[in-house]
Amino acid sequence: MSAQLTAKDYALSGSKRPMAALYSRNARAVIARGLLATRSSNWLIMVSGFFEPVLYLLSMGVGLGALVGTVTGPNGEEISYAAYIAPALLAVSAMNGAVYDSTWNVFFKMNFSKLYQGMLYTSLGPLDVAIGEIFLALLRGAMYATGFTAVMALMGLITTPVALLVIPASVVIAFGFASFGMGITSFMKTFQQMEWVNFVLLPMFLFSATFYPLSVYPQGIQWFIQALPLWHGVELLRQISVASFTPAAVLHLSYFLVMIAVGMLLTTLRLRKLFLR
Amino acid sequence: MISARQLSKHYGDFRAVDGISFEVPAGESFGLLGPNGAGKSTTMRMIGGVSQRTSGELTIMGLDPEQHGPEVRAHLGVVPQQDNLDEELRVRDNLLVYGRYFGLPMSYLKPKADELLEFAQLTDKAAAKVDALSGGMKRRLTIARSLINEPKILLLDEPTTGLDPQARHILWDRLFRLKESGVTLILTTHYMDEAEQLCDRLVVVDKGRIMAEGSPAQLIREHSTREVLELRFGSERNTTVAAELQGIGERLEPLPDRVLIYAHDGEAALEQVNSRGLRPLTSLVRRSSLEDVFLRLTGRSLVD
Repeated sequence: MSAQLTAKDYALSGSKRPMAALYSRNARAVIARGLLATRSSNWLIMVSGFFEPVLYLLSMGVGLGALVGTVTGPNGEEISYAAYIAPALLAVSAMNGAVYDSTWNVFFKMNFSKLYQGMLYTSLGPLDVAIGEIFLALLRGAMYATGFTAVMALMGLITTPVALLVIPASVVIAFGFASFGMGITSFMKTFQQMEWVNFVLLPMFLFSATFYPLSVYPQGIQWFIQALPLWHGVELLRQISVASFTPAAVLHLSYFLVMIAVGMLLTTLRLRKLFLR
Repeated sequence: MISARQLSKHYGDFRAVDGISFEVPAGESFGLLGPNGAGKSTTMRMIGGVSQRTSGELTIMGLDPEQHGPEVRAHLGVVPQQDNLDEELRVRDNLLVYGRYFGLPMSYLKPKADELLEFAQLTDKAAAKVDALSGGMKRRLTIARSLINEPKILLLDEPTTGLDPQARHILWDRLFRLKESGVTLILTTHYMDEAEQLCDRLVVVDKGRIMAEGSPAQLIREHSTREVLELRFGSERNTTVAAELQGIGERLEPLPDRVLIYAHDGEAALEQVNSRGLRPLTSLVRRSSLEDVFLRLTGRSLVD
């Protein structure tokens, strides 16, 4: 097979590169694997993930919207109910996709399909795997956001070119949730604990000013909702969708930039706990 | 080359590996033997740098696998106990993608993958899905995959479990050739014949500790006699007759189905049995094997 090995072949000199134990600069191999796997087997799951927010938009926006009529948009103008909830649903779908990929999917691949077990027995480090998986999740999120925006355009809900910025903005939102989700997964040991993730997501989806303005709540609850990430995502996309920005837009965006930074830090610190048990 | 000193891994109160020390020089074929739960797989995982040790020291080719995991594993081939093939990819893609994890170029990987498919006798399954393969085929593919980076050290965790005798012998032959080319083999196994065939040296591990260490012949010499006399008196009489057999051979072990007499000369021991007027239903003199050593050191009771 190979030429005769000698003692010389068995001497390694360790790299001094920081993070050499966790990262081998080869996340692209993980990404290439993900793309190949998607192409050959699970593209159907991808498609179903795209339809979920579209179905919400049709039933709530068109159906419920017929009862609601118009509502006051972020810039004070009256807009259709569908136009009001569409950016919020996009933010929700960015959250759901990113959280699903970084929690359940990672948990399953770690503990059941043993995919990462195989990967981590190669030159890949846990950070390569984490970066690759987060990138794949964001790529998927970007595809969903693009598809959803196209549906919005078909329904006449896109009225300004600035609104196309909802696509990169959803990727930023997804990144915030994905980086955090992976860090949190490192604390999970059983399926029961994983259920807590859903327990947090569903109320956040329903109550983060997704379907009605924040002003319906008493002050205390408003503050609570405003502390949660999804509300910032909803507000950010809603402002972009009508190209009308308040100074708070900077705050919303900053919220996610901080969330990404903290999430990546948490995930990196927890990588050994997540992958090398 | 591989050096472990007081290596330990605890999960809470449970000591999976409890202070084991061993050295493996380059090119040696080293075996870890032990019952289920003895800590063999955990040790393998620590060598691969995918499990963090609780205490102790470990170096592979001069590096700590925890501090230099990717670099150490670049030279490692791993066959885990349970196949962890990528079920979402086809057979040949499994090899190519795995090679990419090592950062190897496609120009190298394509001919290498074909060569390994040939080796695993899976050439005509190249485009098949992994879940369509039989258990033996999956095992062969896992082993082929472990060779994609031409490893200097091959970690084999029960490599032939689930393989039929033909496949086992083919694999032994391939492993022997790898060993001849200077590859270091670290293997765990339940099959004593496999250990005798492949291992230059081995340790018997039980409950996270090393019970004995040496070459197969050495272990047999130290922990057993040269020969074993197996006597069957029928299942009712085996234990009662044992009292009358006292003093014959070095050691006596009554089992439910037979009585074992460990002796340097089995035939002489059999004559002594006959001279005491005991007539066994069947008798057999055989050479002592690694299995006798293993059972002596780790006990006969069932472990999970």
